[in-house]
Amino acid sequence: MKLTGAKILLECLKREGVKHIFGYPGGVVLDIYDELTRCPEIRHILVRHEQAAAHAADGYARASAKVGVALVTSGPGATNTVTGIASAYMDSIPIVVLTGQVPTALIGNDAFQEVDIVGITRPCTKHNYLVKDVRQLAQTIHEAFHIARSGRPGPVLVDLPKDVIQASTVPKFPESIKIRSYNPTYHCNPRQVKRALDLILAAKKPVLYTGGGIILSNAAEDLFQFATSLQIPVTSTLMGLGGFPGDHPLWMGMLGMHGTYCANMAVSQADVLIAVGARFDDRVTGKLSEFAPHAKTVHIDIDPSSISKNVVVDIPIVGDCRDALKQFNDLLAQMTLEDIAAIRSQWLATIRDWQEKHPLTYTWSDTTIKPQYVVEKLWELTQGEAYITTEVGQNQMWAAQFYKFKRPRQLMTSGGLGVMGYGFPAAMGVQVAKPDATVIDIAGDGSIQMNIQEMITVVENDLPVKVAILNNSFLGMVRQWQQLFYERRYSATPLKAPDFVKLAEAYGAVGLRATKPEEVEPVIKEALHTPKPVIMDFRVEPEECVLPMVPAGKPMHEMLLA
Amino acid sequence: MEPRHTISVWVDNIPGVLSRVTGLFSGRGFNIESLCVAETMDPEVSRITLVTTGDEQIIEQVIKQLRKLINVIKVVDLTTVEHVEREMALVKVKAEDRSRAEVLRIADIFRCRVVDVSPNSYTLEITGNHEKIKAVLDLLKVHGIHEVVRTGTLAIQRSKKD
Repeated sequence: MKLTGAKILLECLKREGVKHIFGYPGGVVLDIYDELTRCPEIRHILVRHEQAAAHAADGYARASAKVGVALVTSGPGATNTVTGIASAYMDSIPIVVLTGQVPTALIGNDAFQEVDIVGITRPCTKHNYLVKDVRQLAQTIHEAFHIARSGRPGPVLVDLPKDVIQASTVPKFPESIKIRSYNPTYHCNPRQVKRALDLILAAKKPVLYTGGGIILSNAAEDLFQFATSLQIPVTSTLMGLGGFPGDHPLWMGMLGMHGTYCANMAVSQADVLIAVGARFDDRVTGKLSEFAPHAKTVHIDIDPSSISKNVVVDIPIVGDCRDALKQFNDLLAQMTLEDIAAIRSQWLATIRDWQEKHPLTYTWSDTTIKPQYVVEKLWELTQGEAYITTEVGQNQMWAAQFYKFKRPRQLMTSGGLGVMGYGFPAAMGVQVAKPDATVIDIAGDGSIQMNIQEMITVVENDLPVKVAILNNSFLGMVRQWQQLFYERRYSATPLKAPDFVKLAEAYGAVGLRATKPEEVEPVIKEALHTPKPVIMDFRVEPEECVLPMVPAGKPMHEMLLA
Repeated sequence: MEPRHTISVWVDNIPGVLSRVTGLFSGRGFNIESLCVAETMDPEVSRITLVTTGDEQIIEQVIKQLRKLINVIKVVDLTTVEHVEREMALVKVKAEDRSRAEVLRIADIFRCRVVDVSPNSYTLEITGNHEKIKAVLDLLKVHGIHEVVRTGTLAIQRSKKD
């Protein structure tokens, strides 16, 4: 039977298991939106800006381990998604963005709402497509989902001209897939794995440095088994938080620019560094030539181009993190290990000393709310169980430092691209994926204003997202750099914000405010008991800094401490 | 100068692929010295021969990043194997009176072909590797070159001799 492109598209989405789409209609996607009225299996969430659709799809994908989907119109609808796509690309998040396009006959004619979105997003998608023939549609959508979720995941954009969507054909829905030029390596070379394990077993001061790859490959349990059986202390990147339980004695906290003293010292003194699903980003390594100077390095990554990109490694292993860790664990199971506790005692004692000497801390105040205290209380009052999203800047770093993540997929943050305005729409996506969970966006007063329009989306869709604004009346992280490196010349960082309580009420949500430390707990409790979206406006110390801090370009052991 | 590498890239023969390849080079700050593209015997596959420069780590990244593109089927760094390289140039060179014979002599020595003749110029077709073309152009420069057009480098792996 002949079906229209619109019908085929939705049929394809159903076959991919899509239950939710974040989108915004427009002229060239009218047929798809019309078809949606006859598709009860898929729920469409109408955002208020297309950027939010991409971020929501991203948050949805991270929380659910499924592919997130955004649907927008051509031209501005498509360009508005670019920030969200670029963020998903940097963080390897599987989303599929469907953009409308002007009819094929008009492409290249500067038609109304025409833009070359495939050209624009080429460098920030894993792959993208322009579908020129309805007979290619089903195959293309299947490939798009396959590419998005396999290998090193990432965003895929499919551009759909209006006439293709309107045309009809008898669809052939592909059952299997084979792209001759795309075959990600999952299985790690056992000889490399054995070499790596020999190196690790001989190590006196090993450190596990883990990243988002642990989360993406669902390797947290395998990591736990490996780290605990060899008693190797663990640190992770921002993207890897939750990959190892934040309350475990082997956990050292995040490393890098705002990492813990312990993690940065441990990496600086390690003799073997095991990098698993991390990519030696500049925010992690500091001065590259002095990063882990005493360590032999093992690097496990599914993307060969991540290996030896920034740091030349001793034992590269290409493949799925989980496969590598499983192989390690299987090999270990066949061995009779010497008394690991005894072997490791000295190194772990050093680690403990570092932890005790300079733990994450801040100066308490009886009169002003400290932002770190707010995050600590959020952690305490949610028993560490909430899904946390963050904006970007100080709020993001305090969330990373003071919320002790227990599980993978509990933190969604724009790590690579660092998008202010990510957290709130992402929280919306998480709440759609996890309707009964507590979802909190830890925000700043600057970044929340970047996508505040989505308040009405969460109200309209009964998504009880909680927003905790650490309101310091500054663009805090930039202000911090101005304080430390530009002699406190606060150029363009002080800013006004609306009355967030009234704003919440105007949107039909609940607004709460705390101005004194003793109000923090009651406000959080009330928010958590409110079955509606809530904005919590915490008036915090304006000039608080995120510490420790490794100044840009400095080696990691040269930290400014609290 | 950093070493030159001649890299062969087999890609899907569909629109936009060349732009993915060149965009990768500009976006990541890699050099392209020359580039040739045409269909192979398989009409679904095109082959790009490109010349780039960089140290070992950069060339490793170039190759890995190329392989990461979904439409790239195969990448070979021909510099690491025995191979033959050829370029072609068309040169319109001034040839008047006395110099007409000399230009023809140079053409003859370098096995160039005369592809167009006018009363005061010859157009020569020069084929050879990068160095040969440079040598001929240097010799012809003395007589006055009106115009030069050049291809990029083409390269193919040598067959096994045993």
